[in-house]
Amino acid sequence: MNKIKSLFGLFIAMMKIGMFTFGGGYAMINLLDNEFVERKRWLGSEEFMNLVTIAESTPGPIAINCSTYIGYKRAGFLGALIATLGMCIPSFAIIYLISLFFNSFLEIKWVASAFHGIQVCVVFLILTAGFKMLKKIKKTLFNVGVMLITFCVMILFSLFSVSFSSIFYILIFGVAGLLIYTVGYLRNKNGEDEK
Amino acid sequence: MIFLKLFLTFLKIGAVSFGGGYGMISIIRDDCLANGWLTEEELLNFIAVAESTPGPIAVNMATFVGSSQGGVLGAFLATLGVVLPSFVIILLIASVFTKLLKYAGVKAILGGIRPAIVALILGTAVTMLLSLGVGIKNVHSTPNFDYRTLIVLAVICAISFAYSKWKRKSLSPIILIVISGALGVLLYGV
Repeated sequence: MNKIKSLFGLFIAMMKIGMFTFGGGYAMINLLDNEFVERKRWLGSEEFMNLVTIAESTPGPIAINCSTYIGYKRAGFLGALIATLGMCIPSFAIIYLISLFFNSFLEIKWVASAFHGIQVCVVFLILTAGFKMLKKIKKTLFNVGVMLITFCVMILFSLFSVSFSSIFYILIFGVAGLLIYTVGYLRNKNGEDEK
Repeated sequence: MIFLKLFLTFLKIGAVSFGGGYGMISIIRDDCLANGWLTEEELLNFIAVAESTPGPIAVNMATFVGSSQGGVLGAFLATLGVVLPSFVIILLIASVFTKLLKYAGVKAILGGIRPAIVALILGTAVTMLLSLGVGIKNVHSTPNFDYRTLIVLAVICAISFAYSKWKRKSLSPIILIVISGALGVLLYGV
């Protein structure tokens, strides 16, 4: 009985966060911190920091990563399932309803005009998100090189209509990172052996 | 088979997109444009809706694209697809590989991916801007300059910059979306 109660609490808490956070993962991290570390005390602040690192360095939506982790820590597999479900349900319901009448909504002249303006704003938002990450990233030779190559190649490919999925850049530079690390590691090891 | 395709496409997107909602946009854009599911403008509209409704952007995008291509079942399968990889990976990390991220090799891979993601986000924004403001989609398209795009961009930049100087925090995206919507009505007519 206690278990059902705790699962239900988890579900409601996640649903609340899914329903009231705007602006994606990073905005959500504040809310999760407030709800689960400060108020409910389900996680210590160090574990929460750890969780944020995990959520940022694994693929997928940050909010989903966080809710799965918190759910698992709280109540095992079932907890993870319930928490993730709670996080998704509000989004799913709201967006599904909007998608039903979005096209007829766009047929209204002033709405279409408004969305012309909004499209520019969305590009601006993407651009600022990129700049924020650019500011935070360490400007090592490797990082700057990867960014320049990816950026230039991507723009060129798009201008010349070469189809090359973004996924390949991620795979290529993931492998490059690993290779450079391995070469450095082997070189260090050889140096030590010679001594 | 649209349902299977939606599920697999979003499964792939969920499995390889790092860096939150915006890191995902370049991949969603590639797949949606390649499959002919969305035009550039529809994609931007969808992102605007995803940004101004609550919940994770990726889930919102998946639901929206899924619903537009395959109704409620399409929406369900696309959302399931985008969530599933996260769910499985986090479960594994929380239960079995608790120290996975401490391995130097894993760190090295992530270190290679991170700068690529930053460039992908910036590159996506620049290509979108080229196609929206100057009408350049590729070298064969004739430039079709739209001064109104530049006006909206300039006003949004100015407001957002002034606000962040004044309040020392950034303006909520929703307020920027509302302002640019009003500008759109002014410039493109009722």
